[in-house]
Amino acid sequence: MASILQVNNIEVVYKDVILVLKGMSLEVEEGKIVTILGNNGAGKTTTLKAISGILKSEDGEVTAGSIEFYGERIDKKYSEEIVRMGIFQVMEGRRVVEDMTAEENLLAGAHTQLNRKKRKEDLEMVYHFFPRLTERRKVMAGYISGGEQQMLVLGRALMSRPKLLLLDEPSMGLSPLLVGEIFEIIKKINMEQNVSILLVEQNARLALSVAYHGYVMENGRIVLDDTVEKLMGNADVKEFYLGLSEVGKAKNYRDVKHYKRRKRWLT
Amino acid sequence: MGENSAFFAQLFLTGLVLGSVYALVALGFVLIYKATSILNFAQGELLMFGAYVCLALIVALRIPFFWAFFLTLASSFILAVLLERVILRPMIGEHTISVIMMTIALSMALKSLIQIAWGTETRVFPQIFSEEPIRFFGLFIAEIHIYSLIFAIICVALFALFFKFSAAGIAMRVTAFDQQIAQSLGINIKRIFALSWAISAIVSAIGGIILGNINGINNALATMGLKVFPCVILGGLDSILGAIVGGFFIGILENLAGGYLDPVFGGGAKDVVPFIFLLVVLMIKPYGLFGKKKIERL
Repeated sequence: MASILQVNNIEVVYKDVILVLKGMSLEVEEGKIVTILGNNGAGKTTTLKAISGILKSEDGEVTAGSIEFYGERIDKKYSEEIVRMGIFQVMEGRRVVEDMTAEENLLAGAHTQLNRKKRKEDLEMVYHFFPRLTERRKVMAGYISGGEQQMLVLGRALMSRPKLLLLDEPSMGLSPLLVGEIFEIIKKINMEQNVSILLVEQNARLALSVAYHGYVMENGRIVLDDTVEKLMGNADVKEFYLGLSEVGKAKNYRDVKHYKRRKRWLT
Repeated sequence: MGENSAFFAQLFLTGLVLGSVYALVALGFVLIYKATSILNFAQGELLMFGAYVCLALIVALRIPFFWAFFLTLASSFILAVLLERVILRPMIGEHTISVIMMTIALSMALKSLIQIAWGTETRVFPQIFSEEPIRFFGLFIAEIHIYSLIFAIICVALFALFFKFSAAGIAMRVTAFDQQIAQSLGINIKRIFALSWAISAIVSAIGGIILGNINGINNALATMGLKVFPCVILGGLDSILGAIVGGFFIGILENLAGGYLDPVFGGGAKDVVPFIFLLVVLMIKPYGLFGKKKIERL
């Protein structure tokens, strides 16, 4: 399979001094869902922002390495060009425009689509994916429920006709039932619209259940990467990300002595 | 109609006309504030610039009013884009106070440049509209007043449609709400900043031309920039609807104060009352009448 996105050994520096990513590499194959796992502060969100170009507005910069989208370098490009090329980042925390209606939010997502007729079609397509948004189209986005807001930001992303979606914690702050629903839709988007997805998620079990390939990130670099099947079999991933003991049962907190076992990748 | 109510209606009507100009300038002011979080102290000078350029085009170059009007708007557009590009864009990321000080400097510089170019004495526009007043329910209205009112209302309606339906208008609202969201949607926020300045300068120029046709122009026109403060704060700094309502309201209030209080105090009330009113509003409703507090879901 051809790779759609390649991140080659990038370093990211914030405010000229803070080194956040220290040689980060990853690859997304066309039409696949790839996930990044990692603790808070590992640099997952920074990686997404480096790809989408939003980093530049936060005084961050890719100082080494390269990011390629369909073989074209994008690490020096601005977000408006990158969105136009087909990469769309859905930021963490359901960032809807609260004082605009749901439908206006969706139309805002179609900013790069100049053809009015196509915009109408895309709107119908989004309502097909998210029937619940149809009922809410005239309601201020600030007043709809959290689940609906998450659907709204995903729908807004679809309006730009992306080839690659960068999803940052789509499950954050949602009930387990809703999370299930959202992830079903993510899978459907991936299959029906043939959109490749790079997914950052705290809920490792969930992320591994939809993804094809996974990366484990720590302290600004990738420490492990493999197909999802192999990752789920990996003793360290089981222990540190899936909360299972080595025999595969749920862990008893009394037995946890995390200092006893070193993560094997920390050599 | 009794003499008293006729007096009131006359004041109210001229207030409405003045208010329509305030509404336009306030609209421009709010636009810049919403998109870029800058309080633009040079708003009055943008208005003055429009008025003087239009006058120069008509008098010195003998261009018909119709064309001069559009040329003025074009030059205001160019001025604003230049100002944004050369002066304000390098300030992106600086502290808001520094940027606001920059607009104060800009205001002084623009005013002085205009004075150097056109002097300080009052100039009047050549007669464009008929001086014969029109009778309207027993009141006398100058033709120019009716035109300016209609014109201001058309402008305001056009902008309402622009923000509701056009892609650029929606992009401006997104940028006003959150610049990072705007960037993630592929909106070029620098272009949006330039666009807000341009639109703001254009509506101010329209206001300037209207005022110039009514009263003639001199360098006191720039104080209109200060007069918009009661309007926008009354309406809420971040509300376009509020700016428009505030503009009309302050215009009417000012005229009524001029008519009823000035004879009592021997003048001056006209200019003071809007600001007294501003103080009261700020004490009772700090967000203004239409200003948005952040939406909190419960």
